[in-house]
Amino acid sequence: MDAPAIETPEMTPPSLVLQILPEGIRRWRSTGRGADRLFRLVTGMCAAAVAGLLLIVILFMVKGSLPAIRDHGLGFVLSPDWDPTNQKYGALTFLFGTAYTSLIGMAIALPLGVLTAVALVEILPRGLAKAISLAVELLAAIPSVLLGLWGIFELVPLVRSFEIAIYRSPLGFRKLPIFSGAPLGVGFLAAGLLLAIMALPFILSVSREVLLQVPTAQREAAYALGATRWQAIRKFILPYSWKGIFGAGLLGLARVLGETMAVTMVIGNTPQIKASLFASGYTLASVIANEFTEAPSDLAISALISLGLILLVLTVLLNAAARLMLIYLNRRMGTQGAK
Amino acid sequence: MSRSHQLRKLHGRTMEALCLLAALAAVAPLFAFLWHLVSMGAGALNPALFTQLPLPPGEVGGGLKNAILGTLLVVGTATVVGIPVGVGAAVYMTEFARPRMAATLRFACDVLSGVPSIVMGLLAFQVMVRPMHHFSALSGALALAFIMLPVVVITTQEMLHLVPHSLREAGHALGIPAWRIASSISMRAAAPGILTGAILSVSRIAGETAPMLFTAFGNPFLSLDPKAPIATLPHTIFTYAISPYDDWHRLAWGGALILVLGILGATLLSRFILWWHQRGLNA
Amino acid sequence: MLACQNLKIEFDRKSVIKDVSLEFPPQRITAIIGPSGCGKSTLLRAFNRMHDLTPGARVSGLVTLSGKDIYHKDEDPVLVRRRIGMVFQKANPFPTLSIFNNTIAGLRLSGLRNRALLKEAAEKALVDAALWDEVKDRLKSNPMSLSGGQQQRLCIARALAVDPEVLLMDEPCSALDPIATAKIEELMFRLRERLSVVIVTHNMQQAARASDRTAFLWMGELIEEGETEAIFTTPKKSMTEDYITGRFG
Ligand SMILES: Nc1ncnc2c1ncn2[C@@H]1O[C@H](COP(=O)(O)OP(=O)(O)OP(=O)(O)O)[C@@H](O)[C@H]1O
Ligand SMILES: [Mg+2]
Repeated sequence: MDAPAIETPEMTPPSLVLQILPEGIRRWRSTGRGADRLFRLVTGMCAAAVAGLLLIVILFMVKGSLPAIRDHGLGFVLSPDWDPTNQKYGALTFLFGTAYTSLIGMAIALPLGVLTAVALVEILPRGLAKAISLAVELLAAIPSVLLGLWGIFELVPLVRSFEIAIYRSPLGFRKLPIFSGAPLGVGFLAAGLLLAIMALPFILSVSREVLLQVPTAQREAAYALGATRWQAIRKFILPYSWKGIFGAGLLGLARVLGETMAVTMVIGNTPQIKASLFASGYTLASVIANEFTEAPSDLAISALISLGLILLVLTVLLNAAARLMLIYLNRRMGTQGAK
Repeated sequence: MSRSHQLRKLHGRTMEALCLLAALAAVAPLFAFLWHLVSMGAGALNPALFTQLPLPPGEVGGGLKNAILGTLLVVGTATVVGIPVGVGAAVYMTEFARPRMAATLRFACDVLSGVPSIVMGLLAFQVMVRPMHHFSALSGALALAFIMLPVVVITTQEMLHLVPHSLREAGHALGIPAWRIASSISMRAAAPGILTGAILSVSRIAGETAPMLFTAFGNPFLSLDPKAPIATLPHTIFTYAISPYDDWHRLAWGGALILVLGILGATLLSRFILWWHQRGLNA
Repeated sequence: MLACQNLKIEFDRKSVIKDVSLEFPPQRITAIIGPSGCGKSTLLRAFNRMHDLTPGARVSGLVTLSGKDIYHKDEDPVLVRRRIGMVFQKANPFPTLSIFNNTIAGLRLSGLRNRALLKEAAEKALVDAALWDEVKDRLKSNPMSLSGGQQQRLCIARALAVDPEVLLMDEPCSALDPIATAKIEELMFRLRERLSVVIVTHNMQQAARASDRTAFLWMGELIEEGETEAIFTTPKKSMTEDYITGRFG
């Protein structure tokens, strides 16, 4: 094709070869043979340590959970009662809180991320698109606890005034189950919004990459047929990308599930299952964060670790599924979209 | 035809406007956050923040000296462990491992990088705090090293992949042993990229809070003993943020500003290094 | 009739097409030949305003279709492209659509919904593209299951379905074997009755046997153009002769 699609950095400077090779030769002469083995061994051990970490985390989380699982059986997942002082440990409330806040976060971040990716790749001039990408990248670098801090002092009051507006609305919105309850500011909505902010950079960068992988030939085919820009996006570019964007969604969800600090700071930390966006709640991660150091017994610690195990299993499964899917998609595009 | 075409164009314009609006909404939180941070944190930024220890709850004044030093110590220790191991693993995966093995290891890293940091904290608790029967700076560093390890591997590997194959082949053709090619050719060519990745992973762990709760634990006094509990900046910010005292809120914002300046500075620095490096290559 | 006058094209100030004037009479096949990098594709893409999509590309001069300037500020490039179809070097069917939906993609874009009409149009376009017999039993299947030549003919059918006045083809056969190439050349002869065809080709034999007129382009300049027979038997410029006899390029 004629139009270059994406510029790739030029990486084969002959000057570099000239610079580095003589250096390599000089140093090599000064070393013995066992060095090769040693180097492989040391780096190999590092690699083994990384692989080992995955096994160790699974192993120790299972081991730590065993007392609680022995005591309560796996059914503790379905029990809503959490009362450490009376040795009652049920995970349902927290599962609900994690699911609900993640759902809110993804419902906001996914469309926002995909539309933004479309704007960056298809609509905005390159310079502006780069500036926006950089800003969102910086957003990803802000630690969760600081977003929580901002959440407490700015977002929660904002959410609260929204809730008050709903509460006072003459249209009677507050009779709807998702808007019921007192306008506290803290709760599922505030937590979900912070999660959306945290998931957004991730979803944006993956979907941006997916869109960039749409071959130029596909775009040109669409335009040559007389598609308007939005038609090209909506009818051809997005359909080509859906699977990859789904993968982005899974990865984003996995991110959001285990988010701890920001959520802990704005969700209200009340163990209850309520449908209202305005209600306070509790998530798996935030109960671990709040109660671990005050756990009254070894059994309580084990129960909290078993909540961590649930998080681990969910995130590992989601990540594995999404990665496998993206690998598969890349491979397919590699064979078909190659020029 | 013409009328429906006008309608279609209008629809397209509207949807594109929606995309632009989304882009605006995507950057809005960063600026809202930074604005609030600067307006709250600038007032709190003074020498006492760096030189004084915290005062008892409710008293006005004091600083975050213990937390700042604690973060430097814990993050530094984690870095000393995490970066060499991570870079070593990445070198093995790119230069020596068979493709299948490399892909499997890479997959493990991808999955590991998605494990919530709080779970890594629980792991450090299990393998260190429990056997040693007390919280410690060292266990906090271990948790951070666990978190940074996959990140370092992934970024280093990406940088090594950018080194052209012809460079390695040239080395092989000259009969240079594999390990020399890896260390003196690939790693050297990728050095700026690896440095970038290292800076990014350090800035990623510097703000970690959740795993500190049950490893480093926090400490209102100045301690640099690796075997004792230690205060860290993010953890202290958390404690102060949820406290009822206005002066602690002020300190929390001051600490937040320090942390963000460090992290954003590191992020921009790493981007600059990459840009510089690539500019040099293209010249 | 498609024509251009004093056409100039630049990419980031680098001049690629320098002052080209050409006419493409209806019911004629015009071949554009020239060495690699001389600007053949660039020229062709100016005729349906594809350069609008490339940042940094600048087109100046006049391109007219039936006497009207297609670059006029009141002209919508989308509508221009519906009147001037394009087929690319590498077949690029939409993998997300079935064979049937690929064929009528252009009609759908212009808002046609009627199933019966769409069916009729699809069959007609596929027959025109000499593909109907091969795909009529698998209209619902994925176009990627077709052979390279079939995919290219599907792209031609897709371009024909919107009933364009001009068909631009950029080396449509360069990825195909001789049998598939012969099929497409045959097809061009039949299409000639309804529209004007512009084909870019690297292949001198193809230009000689499958075109009525030939234009020879060199370094962005039009060296010579005329009836194909004249160009290949009695070229006026020595450079043309050198090129077609393979002495350079
Ligand atoms: N999008 C672009 N940006 C910058 N330069 C371009 C662009 N497209 C083409 N060019 C340049 O314009 C010149 C002509 O390119 P073009 O693709 O038109 O040649 P061509 O005659 O079609 O060659 P080929 O026979 O190899 O297809 C080349 O030097 C090319 O580098
Ligand atoms: Mg070309």
